Amino acid sequence: MKAIVSVFARDARGIIAYIATLLAEQDINVLDISQTLMQEYFTMIMLVDLTACPMSFDALAAFLKEKGQERGLAVNIQRQDIFDAMHRI
Amino acid sequence: MSYLMNTGEIQQTIRMIDQQHLDVRTITLGVSLLDCGGEDMKTCAGRVYDRICYRARDLVRTGEAIERELGIPVVNKRVSVTPIALVGGSCPEDSCVPLAEAMDRAAAEVGVNFIGGFSALVQKGCTRGDRRLIASIPEALAVTERVCSSVNIGSTRAGINMDAVGEMGRVIKRTAELTAHRDGLGCSKLVVFCNAVEDNPFMAGAFHGVGEPECVVNVGVSGPGVVYQALQECRGEPFDVVAETIKKTAFKVTRMGQLVAREASRRLGVPFGIVDLSLAPTPAVGDSVARILEAMGLEVCGTHGTTAALALLNDAVKKGGVMASGHVGGLSGAFIPVSEDEGMIAAAREGTLCLDKLEAMTCVCSVGLDMIAVPGDTPAETLSAILADEAAIGMINNKTTAVRLIPAPGKTVGDTVEIGGLFGEAPVMPVHRASAASFIARGGRIPAPMHSLRN
Repeated sequence: MKAIVSVFARDARGIIAYIATLLAEQDINVLDISQTLMQEYFTMIMLVDLTACPMSFDALAAFLKEKGQERGLAVNIQRQDIFDAMHRI
Repeated sequence: MSYLMNTGEIQQTIRMIDQQHLDVRTITLGVSLLDCGGEDMKTCAGRVYDRICYRARDLVRTGEAIERELGIPVVNKRVSVTPIALVGGSCPEDSCVPLAEAMDRAAAEVGVNFIGGFSALVQKGCTRGDRRLIASIPEALAVTERVCSSVNIGSTRAGINMDAVGEMGRVIKRTAELTAHRDGLGCSKLVVFCNAVEDNPFMAGAFHGVGEPECVVNVGVSGPGVVYQALQECRGEPFDVVAETIKKTAFKVTRMGQLVAREASRRLGVPFGIVDLSLAPTPAVGDSVARILEAMGLEVCGTHGTTAALALLNDAVKKGGVMASGHVGGLSGAFIPVSEDEGMIAAAREGTLCLDKLEAMTCVCSVGLDMIAVPGDTPAETLSAILADEAAIGMINNKTTAVRLIPAPGKTVGDTVEIGGLFGEAPVMPVHRASAASFIARGGRIPAPMHSLRN
């Protein structure tokens, strides 16, 4: 299953490294990544592959949210299907 | 297929959900109770309870799982059942209230906030079971929390049952009296229809029609906030651009509804019925249909031009949505419930939006006079006359019309009825004082119109 991870936060050093490490620890492969800075706000969107991830989707979502909060990051994960459904015919 | 990540699209979807109130308004499980009749009320109520609990046992859990995985709120999970007049008709007892109580208990057990189908279809006449159900409505709505009731009193094919119209005026009054301590709350769960549809997922008018399968999943989408935001980007443009913008937005919203419906159907092992393409507002700021009409250039919703604006909106929503879903049904159009729409409340409060204008608006949108508070001393005959007018619009225009009136006990024009939650609050609107009592007293049936003869 593919999913979109979105991260919103005030900019700081090491956000990409922190999130990428969390994902790698759960055997999640990052397929694509995009990040922008608007004023001091950092936005990152990642396309990830969950095929090898041992956690259930719910557990993973909770894990990312909790680990994000520890660093003041809003981290969400959603199945890619919703974006596909909305924007592709 | 390789997937190219389009961050613009992803951010748009996230913004729609986070900032513009985009949600799936309801996953409604339709459950047939046609074989739950019994020789007495106790047996029948037991079967009704068991059937609902069995069929809907996984509904809430499944809805919540879809919500988490897709990251889209599914605001309500609900159940609709076969019109109870058909289920309780075999029992000898006079009151159908035990069946409403069984529905209420089952709804609580499976964790849904509303259950629809305490209903009767009497467009051409009443059976014994229909009469008993209608007589039980006020008490049923007073003693239950979650049960919703509806009565279909007319159709394009059958005409209007004016005896039932007269009776429903009295039933609405009585329902308000029995729930007077809560500003007539019972009336917010009672809908009077013309041309009721069998697959409507939205409360309070949902029921599971007799032409439906054993069990079915219907989904109602929403999204007034998303349409409003899209219109902010075409200020001053001609209506062609406005219509095109609404269509594109409705397409996206409906695709999401279709995805949720398909997932729910697969996980529950229940056939997918329809997606209802309705713009359903909530009292939250930024989730209003009235504000969409105002974004088209009207100073206040209800002023001249409102009907035309609503006609465009309603049509564009359908055109955009219809290609996005395999099966479209239910009511499918813009809802204009006064108490549930922050912009409508404001327009009614300042006096621009009146009952007569709302009636005109119902000619071009999906439902009717919805969630409107009227003075508590409004005579039952006047309520019936309002029902008759609205049913006539539905009958002649071959469309569904629905009326939800709240004659709030002890309240008068200028007061506000606080209903709470998704029902919001309603400023009490004036009705015409001239009597329609002799008109309603005639009874009988208004014949079906010429265009009912289509064969």
